[in-house]
Amino acid sequence: MPASVHSQDAQEQEHDQSMMDVEPENEPVNPILLDEKRIVVLPGSSDTAASFQFEGEGHTMGNALRYAIMKNPAVEFCGYTIPHPSDPKMHVRIQTNDSTTALEALEKGFNDLMDLCDVVTEKFTAARDQFNEENANKMEA
Amino acid sequence: MAPLVPSQEELQRRRIIGINAETVTNIPSTDFPGHWPGESHAWALDQFKDNFKVEYHRNDPYEASFSLIGLDAAVANAFRRILMAEIPTLAIEYVFIQNNTSVIQDEVLASRLGLIPLKGSVEGINWMHWFRKPSEDDDGPAPPGPSDFNTVVMHLVAECTKNPAAAADETDPRKLYHNAHVYAKDITFSPVGRQEQYFSGEGTIQPVNPDILIAKMRPGQKIDLEMHCIKGIGADHAKFSPVATASYRLMPDIKIERPIIGNDAKKFAKCFPKGVIALEPVTAEEAGRKGSGYEGHAGEQKAVVRDAFNDTVSRECLRHEEFQGKVKLGRIRDHFIFNVESTGQFESDVLFLEAVKVLKLKCARWKRGLTDLMA
Repeated sequence: MPASVHSQDAQEQEHDQSMMDVEPENEPVNPILLDEKRIVVLPGSSDTAASFQFEGEGHTMGNALRYAIMKNPAVEFCGYTIPHPSDPKMHVRIQTNDSTTALEALEKGFNDLMDLCDVVTEKFTAARDQFNEENANKMEA
Repeated sequence: MAPLVPSQEELQRRRIIGINAETVTNIPSTDFPGHWPGESHAWALDQFKDNFKVEYHRNDPYEASFSLIGLDAAVANAFRRILMAEIPTLAIEYVFIQNNTSVIQDEVLASRLGLIPLKGSVEGINWMHWFRKPSEDDDGPAPPGPSDFNTVVMHLVAECTKNPAAAADETDPRKLYHNAHVYAKDITFSPVGRQEQYFSGEGTIQPVNPDILIAKMRPGQKIDLEMHCIKGIGADHAKFSPVATASYRLMPDIKIERPIIGNDAKKFAKCFPKGVIALEPVTAEEAGRKGSGYEGHAGEQKAVVRDAFNDTVSRECLRHEEFQGKVKLGRIRDHFIFNVESTGQFESDVLFLEAVKVLKLKCARWKRGLTDLMA
């Protein structure tokens, strides 16, 4: 490999390092157990357009969150990506109009998703209890 | 200007994913603001509450089946993924082998033991905490180590001996020797501390299925080991997954657009699993109606869709010339038929509720993390 290419590589690496808001390497722990999770705003963000990096998150949260944020009329674009499959990081890109900020849209996404979960739990429990009751009646009859 | 509200027919049309002989159509969800000019589609909790429905089909401890209607695939998929990979369960993680002279190597034996599903008092399992593993590079304080609230201890001690009472011409090793086969039921639970209260009687920690074969031995061979069970999640290792399967399929939709009568109807019904298509006689009223396609066929058998639920969407009916243009297959975009099979540690319906809880918990935790960014 020519020296010039090598040095360029090194430079790029250095550049990458400074771009990433470098975090101390934690030991890999079960994601649920880990309390001190962090969200990082990737460089190049403005109030209405930002990329957020979630550590230890995957498609489970990514796609559901994307759906919740896209449901917000003030959001012009929302997408998620897992830049590298062996890197446990998930990025969410949010671009909004001037009536809100990317951060607010993200928070609203979490709130809406939590509300949704409550409704699902409530309706599921009701349907199950009703089903169990009907079945118990059938058994007796 | 008030947002446009699409007609019921239009909404119904958007709910169907088209399935053709070789292609699928109308695939992605379009219920987002900005997709349909003039329509709102913004998130509205009341609206979601009104539209969302749950139908239960089956509720056994080891298998539950239910439909979630009115949900987006992104959310349904999150529940499914959490069911498989993010609900904590108890499984054997550390095996301390005192003696193993069986032909199964230590590491293979340990791996087999880890995969045995365990059950016990649910209250007790929920009371237990995570076990913090010691970090590999020793910086920072060492975690507290095993305790009654994070580790369950079990033992497996078995020695194979000759059975002097066996008949001379006996060939079955199980009768010829004692302990020729070591089963999951030979694992014994050794409660420590508060575990005696939580895991007593029926609630003892034990394998779900007592008849899992662990090893085979011959006289003189011996297994003597101690196992430590800890809580973990399926994302770390499949042995921690609380479900055997957790899957969903979309509700099939069959539309007969033009009449299928007589022998064709019989052939049509054969293209589907039993009970999906029924045969009914054409009524005099239908036969009398102009343009219905049934004119002059009163009394003949016609094909009707009785229950699309059991359809496998094999598309067999699309291969036959005589049904061209008469039938439309599809799936309902927001009708998810879930099937959850528990491995036995928790009941299947409880597992789904747990999955919803985990998603909410994750949201809450990330939201708390947002406050750092706000400052």
